Amino acid sequence: MLHPLFTEEHEQLRRSVRQFVESELAPHAQEWEREGGFPDWVFKRMGDLGFMGVRFPEEYGGQGGDWGHSIVIAEEMARCGSGGVGMAIAVQSEMATPPIFKFGTEAQKQRYLVPAIKGEKIVCLGITEPNAGSDVAGIETTARPDGDGGWVINGRKIFITNGVRADFCVLVTRNDKEAGHHGFSLFLVDTDTPGFEVSRKLDKLGMRSSDTAELVLDDVRVPSEQLLGEQGHGFVEIMWELQGERLIGVAGSVAGAWLVFDRTMEYAKQRMAFGRPIGSFQVNRHKFATMATELEAARQLTYDTALAWERGEYPVQQISMAKLYGGLVANRVMNECLQLWGGMGYATETGIDRAWRDARLLRIGGGTDEVMREVIAKTMGL
Amino acid sequence: MTPSAARFAAIPQAGLFTADHAELRDVIRQWVRRALRPHAEEWERAGDFPYREVFREAGLVGIFGAKYEPRYGGTGPDLVADALITEELVGCGAGGVAAALGAHKDLGPYYVSRFGTEQQRQRYLIPAVAGERICALAVTEPGAGSDVAGIRTRAERIGGGGWRLSGTKTFITNGSIADFVVVAAKTEPEAGAHGISLFVVEAGTAGFSAQRLDMVGWRTSHTGELVFEGCEVPADALLGEEHQGFGHIMANFQWERIVMALAAVAAARATLDLAISYGRERKAFGRPVVKFQVWRHRLADLATEIEAARALTYHALRKIVAGEDAVREVSMAKWLATELDWKVADEALQMHGGYGYMMEYPVQRAWRDARLGPIGGGSTEIMKDIIGRSFGL
Repeated sequence: MLHPLFTEEHEQLRRSVRQFVESELAPHAQEWEREGGFPDWVFKRMGDLGFMGVRFPEEYGGQGGDWGHSIVIAEEMARCGSGGVGMAIAVQSEMATPPIFKFGTEAQKQRYLVPAIKGEKIVCLGITEPNAGSDVAGIETTARPDGDGGWVINGRKIFITNGVRADFCVLVTRNDKEAGHHGFSLFLVDTDTPGFEVSRKLDKLGMRSSDTAELVLDDVRVPSEQLLGEQGHGFVEIMWELQGERLIGVAGSVAGAWLVFDRTMEYAKQRMAFGRPIGSFQVNRHKFATMATELEAARQLTYDTALAWERGEYPVQQISMAKLYGGLVANRVMNECLQLWGGMGYATETGIDRAWRDARLLRIGGGTDEVMREVIAKTMGL
Repeated sequence: MTPSAARFAAIPQAGLFTADHAELRDVIRQWVRRALRPHAEEWERAGDFPYREVFREAGLVGIFGAKYEPRYGGTGPDLVADALITEELVGCGAGGVAAALGAHKDLGPYYVSRFGTEQQRQRYLIPAVAGERICALAVTEPGAGSDVAGIRTRAERIGGGGWRLSGTKTFITNGSIADFVVVAAKTEPEAGAHGISLFVVEAGTAGFSAQRLDMVGWRTSHTGELVFEGCEVPADALLGEEHQGFGHIMANFQWERIVMALAAVAAARATLDLAISYGRERKAFGRPVVKFQVWRHRLADLATEIEAARALTYHALRKIVAGEDAVREVSMAKWLATELDWKVADEALQMHGGYGYMMEYPVQRAWRDARLGPIGGGSTEIMKDIIGRSFGL
């Protein structure tokens, strides 16, 4: 039976996304992995298909859907065979654009949200810095008034997905050092603004088809209408963004682990050792049972969390739990599956190594395991 | 409100619990807090509880009737209500009392309801629902637990259509206080799983005796060893179809295991709360133990795992309620939740330090009681075998 988050209409979306991913993305996955990037047409094509803005209202080109639709897309993108593609798409459609919809002016929505949903503009989200990741309050990039009502931005950002080729960036800055948590502001910055530089493209152990940038902001001048949301409210605004980021991240990651689980089980039924399929050894049967149990728990927890959110809660604790648990389980499953593949898992031709490397990111990105535990403990009053 | 928001608002909590269920939960919780929990320490020390009174009161409150129609004294059928009753019974604070009431609620009488004749339901189910007669289910034997096909208790036909039972059953919850027992026996020993039948045996029947066992936990529970020595029962003692007992047992295992998962999640949560409230009071190096980062993270991990086990358990429950095959999901929930309850109890004991090792603190009881979860109702190893086989492995 379907989880109550989903209806038959969600399943229709699932079928069409799957069809698209398997026929138009998966055939290129190996090539994109090798090249360390995938082409811009993927954004445009997914925009044309209506997959880039499922939760946004139709008046901005979205589909007017809910968290169920977003999760379906994240799960099906895992079938691409290259984790970086799903991540880049998710950054655009579920991480960088929701703050524009939620906090932006009508003019900002028309100028940035609408083309992003169409896949015509590529967007990145600039939060992390060399010295501040999950510790958002430690951000050092400054925005100071230029005297004419505009702003001058200076600082550095790192690990920025889509950052190498983005048309604009949703940027987190500190506009008032004395104001503590009330001294942060978000800006929409076009990447062709003078002083906005991609200082380098980072090389990563996984998620290799996604471009990841280090950015330098050197006296970047932006007019007042580029301020996103309320001046001084950037911290709360970006904390809200992170909740969706974590939920969508775990949905994709757990789906990716299920795919490897399925492939590994097929393999274990075929591969013979000591005269019998390795899957028939009791120890391995129990390994599969353990993996399936934990994966199902992770999946159900993710769905329950999304459902709670749709029902009007703001389930920060549950989101952190889902991300923590799902990340740990996905990593355990990938590692156990690689073990079951033996030498074939260590050889790159099966793609198991790719999934294993890609999965590792969830325990770091969007807030580390340790930060999730801090959030959970705090919400427990500890 | 958009159509999508309206749809979400109409979904019961976790896809299961309605506002009526929330009210029922409150009623059960109040009763457990008032009638059971204040006595937990005393009953545990005595290794016993006034079971006749407690069963009758539980019957009046409606603990045993959620699965059955009003004509049997029930308030159902409502499996979701029954599930939340299981969760709330955990609050009594003594695993053995919850187990005694739970075993009665979910085992023998449920068999009578599902597989019995109308006459058997009148005779056994109605007084069981009322809490007037206590029931036990006797499947496990000294040499056969989860391996049900391996039981050796025999039932041979005698003149007049009756049966003669011989054999020994063990680890039978309520076994030594039961007024009637649902017993599994081989009616055709050569046929393996296809030669098992179920019988209802009344306490006091000649040739049937029971003896209480001493256990490391669940110390208020009257768990017994039952001996059948040429115990003769009439023809109408046969419950369900002859030789079909194995299928009946397997069918009921799903409910037996889901309630174990539900109880384990509730118990794990209660034990975690116990640890946290202790750790808030207890200071070391000048601050409460729960404020040390290592403990904050360990507690966060445990709370997370409890939430994951709850999500999985409710998923399995939704499938059962919808009438779908849930063997795989129930087996998953059963082992994950019971192993977790045990892990939480061990961590809670650790947080208590030396006091955790002392009998005056309730955490030791949670620790002893939780240890049964991964054993009873089919061990973790059996659950994993079932799950693995469900994938064709």
